[in-house]
Amino acid sequence: MNWLEAGRWSPYLVGAGIGVLSWVTFLLSNKAIGCSTAFARTSGMIEKLFRGDKVKEKPYYMEFVPEIDWEWILVLGVFAGAFISSILSGSFRISIEHSLWTAYFGDTPILRLLVALAGGIVMGFGSRWAGGCTSGHGISGTLQWTLSSWIAAICFFAGGIVTALLIFEVFAGGAS
Amino acid sequence: MTLDELHAKRGLQFAIALLCGVAFGFLLQKGGVTDYDVIIGQLLLKDFTVVKVMLSAVITGSLGIYALKSAGLVKLHPKPGSLGSSAVGGLIFGVGFATLGYCPGTVSGAVGTGSLDALLGGVAGILIGSGLYASIYPGLKNGILQKGDFGAKTIPEILNVNPWLVVIPGCLILAAVLLLLENAGL
Repeated sequence: MNWLEAGRWSPYLVGAGIGVLSWVTFLLSNKAIGCSTAFARTSGMIEKLFRGDKVKEKPYYMEFVPEIDWEWILVLGVFAGAFISSILSGSFRISIEHSLWTAYFGDTPILRLLVALAGGIVMGFGSRWAGGCTSGHGISGTLQWTLSSWIAAICFFAGGIVTALLIFEVFAGGAS
Repeated sequence: MTLDELHAKRGLQFAIALLCGVAFGFLLQKGGVTDYDVIIGQLLLKDFTVVKVMLSAVITGSLGIYALKSAGLVKLHPKPGSLGSSAVGGLIFGVGFATLGYCPGTVSGAVGTGSLDALLGGVAGILIGSGLYASIYPGLKNGILQKGDFGAKTIPEILNVNPWLVVIPGCLILAAVLLLLENAGL
């Protein structure tokens, strides 16, 4: 079972596997793969711990009820699947370090955490504004040839490429 | 048991969701896309792994889903959208995507591989950002989100043509993009 322990598979094989997985979810569950709505529901569930049932009166949570649903379980599975894969390939490592970050910003874990938090806030906000993420729009929506998803996916990468170039090439001034 | 009956079985559906999620996370990790360096490498246009994974998924998924639809076995789930929602929200998402270095799916996978910036920065941030959006949503709902609305429609529905007239040429174009990337040594 060497292939299960391999560090990397061909991106084409992985992509084809995700495509086949989408057939399975449409067929067996009548669902498209997506991830970001689960985060919105979780945010509502956490707010509910503090504010109680008042949360249910927020218009957003009337549309996206803060509860555990099919997609929430899927996202839990993504965590588990990546954990199993990284254990099998021996790449599991509790760490904040990334070689690309270190090459540009040095060994600065606190800065990395703060930047990640800021990025997470903006991305969480943007995923709700766009009504989906790189999974829901970027893969599931585009494979159905949905207009809103193609526009969203192109904008994800347009915004992402410009921002990455600004952060790494302009702000950090290229690799040291 | 018919497919409709299967779709209504809550416990079984949660088991399917868990198995599909595990498979998805496994594939994302094996593809390397739960790795911050790979995602940022893509956005810096140095490493095209993310695009290769996504376009292969779209080609394979598209052909299968439209074949299953032609056989009457699945229903499509196009998301609604508008320029004010999909384009503006997409650009905001992109800014966060490059700053964080993961997306909502790959951040969950990255937490599974032990990345603490994915957990303490990414997951925490997405929860905060989603909550902020829920708070300002009433003000956006009847304003910018409605601008340039094009509904929950697929491109074949908008063009009012047989879907295969979009799916086949579309998949061929995506396959050509992948070939060009390979030929360019990317």
